[in-house]
Amino acid sequence: MSVELTIDGRKVRGDPGQTVLEVAEANGIHIPTLCHHPLLPASGACRVCVVDIGRKDRLEASCTLPISDGMNVETGNERVREARRTVVELILSAHPADCMTCEQNGRCELQDLAYELGIEMEELTFEPKRLGRRVDDSSPAITYDPDLCILCGRCVAACNEIRNHGILNYRDRGYDTVVIAGLGEFIVDSGCVSCGECVQVCPTGALSEKPSRFKGRWWELEKKTTTCPFCGVGCTLEVYTKDGEIVKVRGAEDGVENMGSLCVKGRFGYDWVNSPERLTTPLIRRGDGFEAATWDKALSHVASKFKEIREKHGEDALAGLASAKCTNEENYLFQKFVRACLGNNNVDHCARLCHAPTVAGLVKAFGSGAMTNSILELTGSDLIFVTGSNTTENHPVIAKYMRQAVVDHGATLIVADPRKIGLVDHAEIWLRQRGGTDVALLNGLMNVILREGLQDTEFIEERCENFQEFRETVEKYTPERVEEITGVPSRDLEEAAVAIGEADRASFVFSMGITQHTTGTDNVISVANLAMLTGNVGRESTGVNPLRGQNNVQGACDLGALPNVYPGYQSVDDEQIRSKFTEAWGVDLSVEPGLTVVEMMDAAYEGRLKGLYVMGENPMLSDPDLNHVEEALGNLEFLVVQDIFMSETAELADVVLPAASFAEKDGTFTNTGRRVQRVNKLFEPVGEAKADWEIICELATRMGYPMRYESPAEVMDEMAGVTPIYGGVSYDRLGREGLQWPCTDATHPGTRFLHAERFTRGKGMFHAVEYRPPAEEPDDEYPLMLTTGRVLEHFHTGTMTRRSEVLDALRGECLVEINPGDASRLGVEDGDKVRVRSRRGLIEAKARVTEKSAPGSVFIPFHFAEAAANRLTNAALDPFSKIPEYKVCAVAVEKTRD
Amino acid sequence: MEMNEYAIEVPSEDSVLFGDGDLRVNVGMSTCGLAAGAGPVYSEIKNQLALRGVKAKVVNVGCIGACYAEPLVEFIARGQPGVIFSGVTEGGVEEIIERYLSGDVSGAFAVRGKTGSLKGEEDVPLLDELDFFKHQTRDAIENCGVIDPESIEEYVLKGGYLGLRRAVTEMTPEQVIETVSEAGLRGRGGAGFPTGLKWRFTRQAQGDKKYAICNADEGDPGAFMNRLNAEGDPHRVLEGLIIAAYAVGADEGYVFVRAEKPLMASRLETAVKQARAYGILGDDVFGSGFSFDVNIMLSAGAFVCGEETALMAAIEGKRATPRPRPPFPATKGLWGKPTVINNVETLAHVPTILRKGPEEFSKVGSERSKGTKVFCLTGAIKRTGAAEVPLGTSIRRLVFEIGGGPLEGRTFKAVQTGGPSGGCLSAEHLDLPLDYESLQSAGSIMGSGGIVVVDNTTCTVDLARYFLSFTTAESCGKCTPCRVGLKRMSEILIRITRGEGRLEDIGTLERLSKTILDTSLCALGRSAPNPVLTTIKYFMEEYLAHIRDKRCPAGVCSALLKGYKVTDDCMGCGVCERECPNGAITMTGTEDRRRAVINNSVCARCGICVEACPFQAIEEVW
Repeated sequence: MSVELTIDGRKVRGDPGQTVLEVAEANGIHIPTLCHHPLLPASGACRVCVVDIGRKDRLEASCTLPISDGMNVETGNERVREARRTVVELILSAHPADCMTCEQNGRCELQDLAYELGIEMEELTFEPKRLGRRVDDSSPAITYDPDLCILCGRCVAACNEIRNHGILNYRDRGYDTVVIAGLGEFIVDSGCVSCGECVQVCPTGALSEKPSRFKGRWWELEKKTTTCPFCGVGCTLEVYTKDGEIVKVRGAEDGVENMGSLCVKGRFGYDWVNSPERLTTPLIRRGDGFEAATWDKALSHVASKFKEIREKHGEDALAGLASAKCTNEENYLFQKFVRACLGNNNVDHCARLCHAPTVAGLVKAFGSGAMTNSILELTGSDLIFVTGSNTTENHPVIAKYMRQAVVDHGATLIVADPRKIGLVDHAEIWLRQRGGTDVALLNGLMNVILREGLQDTEFIEERCENFQEFRETVEKYTPERVEEITGVPSRDLEEAAVAIGEADRASFVFSMGITQHTTGTDNVISVANLAMLTGNVGRESTGVNPLRGQNNVQGACDLGALPNVYPGYQSVDDEQIRSKFTEAWGVDLSVEPGLTVVEMMDAAYEGRLKGLYVMGENPMLSDPDLNHVEEALGNLEFLVVQDIFMSETAELADVVLPAASFAEKDGTFTNTGRRVQRVNKLFEPVGEAKADWEIICELATRMGYPMRYESPAEVMDEMAGVTPIYGGVSYDRLGREGLQWPCTDATHPGTRFLHAERFTRGKGMFHAVEYRPPAEEPDDEYPLMLTTGRVLEHFHTGTMTRRSEVLDALRGECLVEINPGDASRLGVEDGDKVRVRSRRGLIEAKARVTEKSAPGSVFIPFHFAEAAANRLTNAALDPFSKIPEYKVCAVAVEKTRD
Repeated sequence: MEMNEYAIEVPSEDSVLFGDGDLRVNVGMSTCGLAAGAGPVYSEIKNQLALRGVKAKVVNVGCIGACYAEPLVEFIARGQPGVIFSGVTEGGVEEIIERYLSGDVSGAFAVRGKTGSLKGEEDVPLLDELDFFKHQTRDAIENCGVIDPESIEEYVLKGGYLGLRRAVTEMTPEQVIETVSEAGLRGRGGAGFPTGLKWRFTRQAQGDKKYAICNADEGDPGAFMNRLNAEGDPHRVLEGLIIAAYAVGADEGYVFVRAEKPLMASRLETAVKQARAYGILGDDVFGSGFSFDVNIMLSAGAFVCGEETALMAAIEGKRATPRPRPPFPATKGLWGKPTVINNVETLAHVPTILRKGPEEFSKVGSERSKGTKVFCLTGAIKRTGAAEVPLGTSIRRLVFEIGGGPLEGRTFKAVQTGGPSGGCLSAEHLDLPLDYESLQSAGSIMGSGGIVVVDNTTCTVDLARYFLSFTTAESCGKCTPCRVGLKRMSEILIRITRGEGRLEDIGTLERLSKTILDTSLCALGRSAPNPVLTTIKYFMEEYLAHIRDKRCPAGVCSALLKGYKVTDDCMGCGVCERECPNGAITMTGTEDRRRAVINNSVCARCGICVEACPFQAIEEVW
């Protein structure tokens, strides 16, 4: 049923509920606007878009006026033009004409509007002026000049209605109205998380990116679209560059995963790309130092050393670490290099340290180990259960959708986490389990669901198997027993269980708080059990949704940078599959699954592994029990590190190869939602750096296994040919939206959610899982429980983010988070320097006394080399997935005396 | 169905009104009465009666609207018409009681009927024959000042809640809406939207939950009819709200009360509790199966909260800024649910319409504006107060007959109707009927019904400046034209009143006014320029005097005061010289003939000398 109306004499049609502005735009009729922003709710504040609908007493704002049948709209008659000019003149009467040095010059919507309306400065009745209010320059990221603010309200809407951060708001009223942060304090003290959404939507220069000041006029900047290199959300970036430097970054408003949003890292954390510390030339070890070398010399040296080790110690003495930071194409080529050229399956990457249990557990339960649903589907969930994911800091843009689900759609958020993380503020129920007791907690929830009869019997009977055995185990986990193990009051447990059981569409979200345990795989399986029990798999806005940490950890796994599977999770010990790859790659392939990361370190330590090729990883900071890692790497005969910086691992290398950053190469990343997205080269690599895929190809060729590709697109074509889940992916099809795997052929549209009709493995498999305590628990000597993780401003080992001025200014040092009760018992005050010891090592850092940490536990981020948390962590492994137990170990904390 | 005489079972009228005594004393103790000193008067009455051993029921009643005569005390002997005394003071109580008890009513303000037996009765007018009352037709405020506002029984004895009982037990919601539509009731909050239509839209809107809101955020300076109404007869307002809720299908309601009017809030709160206790509010109203309950909420004190969408934002705990309509509250209101919002006075008319039928309501009023309306008369007028008259009554009748015209020695100049965003009308409009359309055609608005009368001592340019300063300060700041436009207009008006105006300022004011009226988001902006436009239209010569001649004809704008001169009455006492803070006055002349001389270039125009001179020998020079 469409509506017919007349706009400027033209008969046009629109749908009921559309606004006049929307219908006009759809018909190519331009109406000037100012406060209107396509991503924000219409507010009708500026009154620039007024139109005449024949009412004597008023004009109407077209951005908020719904169309109606027979409406006669004039968008530009004299009355309308006069009103618009007066409105803009009024805005200008409270705004300085400082365009000369305004950062927004050339992209200022007020400037454009004044120009469009033909406003001559000397004809203005009221002179533009500065009101003389304080410029807030307190934040390293955002500068706020209230005198440039025209009170369009976009920033406030972005902060409150899109991000739900609730930092920006108005103070006072009428002409004195001013946008403030917090209660009017400086931005830096207001709780602002520097996501910069406000900057992005600001039509004038009132809110601007501080680091970009004077770095380039808008018209001098070149805009290119690419995918963010930080976490697994895969936000689409619009990057503005000038002379081979990134000047500004904006979230692409048509970005399919981020819809314009970014986090502080994604918006401000790029100065490392042009850091003087970037590796610009190959380096070969000479004594204690390095010597610059040509590519030819360095690669020949590597090739001959690898060949020599292979000849001397056999194929199994070599291994490679691929990288979750590199592109799909590069990971594909890397594992192909290890398998086809080095001749074994010794390839792994840091997914081992984050989501190996996810893959192991979900493959057991469902048959495939990835997020079952899509990121955006979260907004449609009735209930979101988040456990072991500090989403607001680690996947800020996904947290945006969670908050929207709660605020806009009334979804119930349940958080199960030992730490009082940011999401707790939005949660209806918070379960604060003791670290490492997740299986007991999840079994407890399922016990109550069964007791109350809230399970989805039809789903269980038709789509799942092994329910009875599972049921018998779960029935032992009564709320009382679970309270004893987890510390979660049985009433809270019951309340949460009932909410989950009654929800129509429940999403289960987890991350490393679930996986990084010796029971990691059991934890994941338990989440899968819960989802199957309540029938929340295979439908929109439900599912088991592990959030992947790195930009391309999903892709690195998908493309076979794992010791047991080829690309597409095809088992290396499957004869048929192996022969497919043998044929495709033209060499015989090893039957034996290879070594995992931690096993590689052990093998090096024991002298079985002699040569290691590391691409873009930094085990010297990321792996558990660093003292052990350091000895292992030192024990190697030959270590090659290919990176963008001289990382802690590269320092130990024999040859260091300078690689191109994400900004300097083409390729694809696969985000946590299984979406394959394009990475576009923004400018040439620094110095002599080369893209990782080029380096791998040259090295392989020198080792006698020729690899020659014109471009990453050609690599993708080869990948698609051997990887069924990527079978239909090609650069031609990716466009701006990418494709979600499985995408099996050229006509397959991609898959929004998995297991719709049947599970990948056929039937969903219930597993009976018993609670096992962590490998190391606090005792008299080491009385506190240590948990590790990330903070908002930093990423992984800090190689990139710690070289960002903004991010380092926001968070420049390691802080040991400790509960006020423990702190006072230890005589530690906020800001005191403390020493943290475990059975494996010790570090020193400042204490942050906070309720965020549970009593009896401390939290240390692992980004900081000078206080590396992984000197303390325990390398005890999950028996199935071989992930180390980063999330629980025992430590002692004491105040240092200096 | 045969209807009981009363909506609920209550004790006999006699016992409710008199208790176990034979005398009832009503003391007008609304906010206005209290401000005039009714509190101590009330205590003293109780005290004096006790001293004399008189068993009496002394009742704290609302206001009958005659603010000019406060504090008012009415004595009612069982079976006798009431006798009303005005301007009663604490000290005067004893004498009045003494006299009244002895059967002497001479000096009383009015009586409600003649007995033929009381002393001095013949000289006391009947209340209904007083000029202030005789032109009034009372409906909404008929019980104000008569019944105890904190007694549901007294309201019921006046026929209260019969309309509601009839609605919920005998009528469908559609029939209720039809009845209100037939009556022709239009919103009394200012816009005059047909109430029945508003209810119908809300009724028809899809929603699992609906709300009914009473807008009691009366904020106009000079308007107090809502306060008077709800303080004096809160149950009537509540009854109207419950009927509205039944009509639209709401099960939850709010009364949003201006925080500066705490007595109104507490009276409504009491009414809600009493109604709940009687099963009139809450589950299963009158056993009809209809359920509804009400929350009383205090506003945060911004004028714009009276705008319905801002009001809803305030209830939701958000910053009270208006949002665009449509969607109207009827389809998307409080928390996104269909919501009906009616003004206090609108709701106060509803019980009568349901109880007496639509014809009774619509038999007075004008063609398109039916029924009565309460107007608040303030300013330079003899009798200030609230008067309820049929819509369509002329300004002249209201100002001159009811209000008694200008004060002695002054002349009528203008009347500002509709509050700070209404228009300023001149003597030529005295015969304009007070109804929605007529006022609009003259460039003003009905608004809440405030009537501010100004005389020759008021400068209309300064008046416009004053009202603009109010709306400028009360603009929420959301939309550009209202936020910045009003500020610029205020600045220009300030300039003009300081003698710094330019001729082109008038054109600028008109241009800004047009854009502000045309483009503002809500009714605040869409009416705020009215005082400026109407004063320019009707008092142009006064603007020109300020701009061209640097003169304020009314002698108000002190910056245009040229100075002071000393007349021949000066006795040379030197008081002015001592008092002048600027040292602008010196004494000259000889010992026996001293005289003050004012140096106007030093003078700050403070006027202290004029006040100080014991001989009125200093005059302003304009």
